Amino acid sequence: MSRVLSEGSDWSFELIERYDGAIAAAAAEFGLDTYPNQIEIITSEQMLDAYASGGLPVGYPHWSYGKEFIRNERAYRSGQQGLAYEIVINSDPCIAYLMEENTMAMQALVVAHASYGHNSFFKGNHLFRQWTAPDAIVDYLLFARRYVMECEEKHGAAEVEAVLDSCHALMSHGVDRYRRPAPLTLKAEAARLAARESHRERQFNDMWRTLPVSERPREAGVDAPFPAEPQENLLYFIEKLAPALEPWQRELARIVRKLAQYFYPQGQTKVMNEGWATFWHYTLLNRLHEQRQVTDGFMLEVLKNHTNVVYQPPFDSNVFPGINPYALGFAMFTDLRRICERPDAEDREWFPQLAGSDWKATLDFAMRNFKDESFIAQYLSPRLIREFRLFAIADHESETELGVDCIHDDAGYRRVRKLLSHQHSIEERVPDVQIHRYARDADRSLTLRYRRLRGRPLSGAATEVLKHVRRLWGFPVRLESVDVDNRVLETLECAA
Amino acid sequence: MNRLIDRRLNARGKSTVNRERFLRRYKTQIRAEVKRMVGERKVEEMDRGGDVHLPKKDIAEPNFGFGRGGQREFVLPANREYVAGDKIPRPGGGGSGSGGGSEAGEGAETRDEFVFSLSREEFLDIFFDDLELPRLVRTQLSTADQFKSVRAGYTTVGSPANLSVPRTLGNALARRIALGGARRRDIALLEIACDEAAAEGRTQEAARLTAELERMRGRRATLPFLEELDLRYRNRVLRPEPVARAVMFCLMDVSASMDENKKDLAKRFFTLLYLFLTRKYTQVELVFIRHTENAEEVDEATFFHDPKSGGTVVLSALELMEKIRRARYAEDWNVYAAQASDGDAFGSDPAKSARYLRETLLPATRYYAYIELAEEELIRASTLWAEYAVLAEELENFAMSRASRRENIYPVFRNLFSKEHNR
Repeated sequence: MSRVLSEGSDWSFELIERYDGAIAAAAAEFGLDTYPNQIEIITSEQMLDAYASGGLPVGYPHWSYGKEFIRNERAYRSGQQGLAYEIVINSDPCIAYLMEENTMAMQALVVAHASYGHNSFFKGNHLFRQWTAPDAIVDYLLFARRYVMECEEKHGAAEVEAVLDSCHALMSHGVDRYRRPAPLTLKAEAARLAARESHRERQFNDMWRTLPVSERPREAGVDAPFPAEPQENLLYFIEKLAPALEPWQRELARIVRKLAQYFYPQGQTKVMNEGWATFWHYTLLNRLHEQRQVTDGFMLEVLKNHTNVVYQPPFDSNVFPGINPYALGFAMFTDLRRICERPDAEDREWFPQLAGSDWKATLDFAMRNFKDESFIAQYLSPRLIREFRLFAIADHESETELGVDCIHDDAGYRRVRKLLSHQHSIEERVPDVQIHRYARDADRSLTLRYRRLRGRPLSGAATEVLKHVRRLWGFPVRLESVDVDNRVLETLECAA
Repeated sequence: MNRLIDRRLNARGKSTVNRERFLRRYKTQIRAEVKRMVGERKVEEMDRGGDVHLPKKDIAEPNFGFGRGGQREFVLPANREYVAGDKIPRPGGGGSGSGGGSEAGEGAETRDEFVFSLSREEFLDIFFDDLELPRLVRTQLSTADQFKSVRAGYTTVGSPANLSVPRTLGNALARRIALGGARRRDIALLEIACDEAAAEGRTQEAARLTAELERMRGRRATLPFLEELDLRYRNRVLRPEPVARAVMFCLMDVSASMDENKKDLAKRFFTLLYLFLTRKYTQVELVFIRHTENAEEVDEATFFHDPKSGGTVVLSALELMEKIRRARYAEDWNVYAAQASDGDAFGSDPAKSARYLRETLLPATRYYAYIELAEEELIRASTLWAEYAVLAEELENFAMSRASRRENIYPVFRNLFSKEHNR
């Protein structure tokens, strides 16, 4: 295997297939487990379309996608923003889009990054395994699109738009975080019913028939608060229990909820997902280079792009966008491999169980069983904290000045790691708003509760969101902000 | 199993429908922006798209999120000089914490405008929204003759009455030659072989060849004379005919008293009409007449851009318009006229002009719009205005209005041509 795959920067379908074969061989060598790949060549215009719908191949019509499209198109045409080189969809087969403008080296980079990196992450990571159905997503999207369009025909586009707007406002509160009812197949359902039936037959005792029936109707439920426990999935609650919704409106809420659930793992694994894909395009293409399958020129182009992707601007630069998930994720996986292969004294102290272990198994374990929050908490090494020169700022309302909480020194490593981990948790992005009461037997009003941790209030948009909740619910809604002891601090109401 | 698919030829513009929805949703804001653009633009730029700015908060999609306040920590990269325990003044420089914070927030918001481009079509569409040429009576038009049937080549499907016999037979012949060629060659060869065999007395072989020859001839005979494939029909398509013809006379005073500002206003007024007409009607003719003490018909470029000065005789322009109308637009034309002037006419000219309008021009005109370009809104009415005002009260197809600033043009235009005005 010393034959160079191609010279020059032009790509062709044969060449992409050849590179794909070579990369697949390298991936197999490292033991990457992937869904089958479907690689699609598209134009930049189509890429803009794909952008607008969050990368999904089909979407239902809605103005917000138009807004997104206009924003991207403008930024792209005026040269403020380049297009991503690829979009990859968590489906089975895993669909990756390549842009026709890319050079051969870029296409190979994208194939390695998306079709092997992201793909194996989608297949392996527990969040994706648990929360998404990659074999069904494209069909579901098609159904959603058709359904929304039928509704528009029957009930008018404005009506449908209003419901979708309201549902979108609650999208981040439309996910199940903790459980997933296992979908039963028809067969399993039948078996379950049969089992229950036979159980009842075995337990049959004619004596129960003779028990006197209580005269009074049951009291329970009249005073009992409903729901008995707070509900975190606002959209689900509304879909199932909103008193005034039409069946088609419930179905729309369901569609939005399903989409939110589909995107749910992505938001929590940005660092890991991008880091993993970047680590693998780097590793796989370097492997091809070692085997002399690609030229030095090819490798230089790849490295140039790779370096751009993993650049972390300093906090005081005027283009500082936050911590670059590509940079952090790539650095962490690379560092993890280093800890396994060439540990030093500090690593042995911090990661005794990792130092000297098989790096492939360790990385695979890390990829499968963590999300950003826990991944950082588990694997961020002091060496990386030093390399990134990470430090934490404390912003407390009561203080007139900002304080430096901790920095990259012996006293600060654990604290920095903890804070960075917390910064990537879902609680940091999505406020804890839950359904508190549904006054079923009174005015049918709905009470939401926001638990204010560390005194952080909701943003002003809450009033607007509440109007949307009111529209879906059909009866008065209120939002209470409570402190940790459940004392109500502030109440927002939306009655009309 | 990996697959590689070329999607480049798939339909583009998947987002078109979403973009349209966005525009529809923010129609009011976009309209206000278009109005502003019309006020600010140069005439030559009117017929273009443009950038629309919307405040980001107007189009935001709300979500539950964290506001400012409370306690939080965040991690940043690339520390240089800080050690734990350092104090840093809040960015924004405000005294108290919350004050500084909100200032920074506002600063960020003013920068955050949502900007997008309207295409020329979209711009004009909004611009002309709910305007209509008044009292357009579609006299000579009925649905039947809005389309004209024209010949357009041949098709493979059609009614028997449209069958084109020469084409069909030509095709059939071509097909028979193409399909029968090989067989004819085989038959010719067989005939020669057959004759040779007969001549050389190989009777057995000759008999076999004759049988074969018969079989081949039989097969050739099965080639159909005419097949469905050959049929060709004359094709006719319906081509839309102009639903209404309109001619628009643009009259402008370019005398010395019309200063640059007034000319500019007049230009805008005509440009609006011009755009409106070229868009709305399939066949619109424009006649540009400018006048000082004499009137002359000029082309569009000269009309708008060529400088000329002199005195003012309105009547000359009206007479020229009537002459042109009689010569070229006497039959089946809807005549519209728009006149722009500063109203500075002297002597008997205003009265004569008004009389000429009433007696000769207006009976033949669908609509006559007069715009007076005053320097200030409160200036006293001109003599021409006074004479015309009588007409405006009496006659339905005469309208007049005043404009003194660039921003006034658009409302004037709307007023003149809005649907309400026709009631």
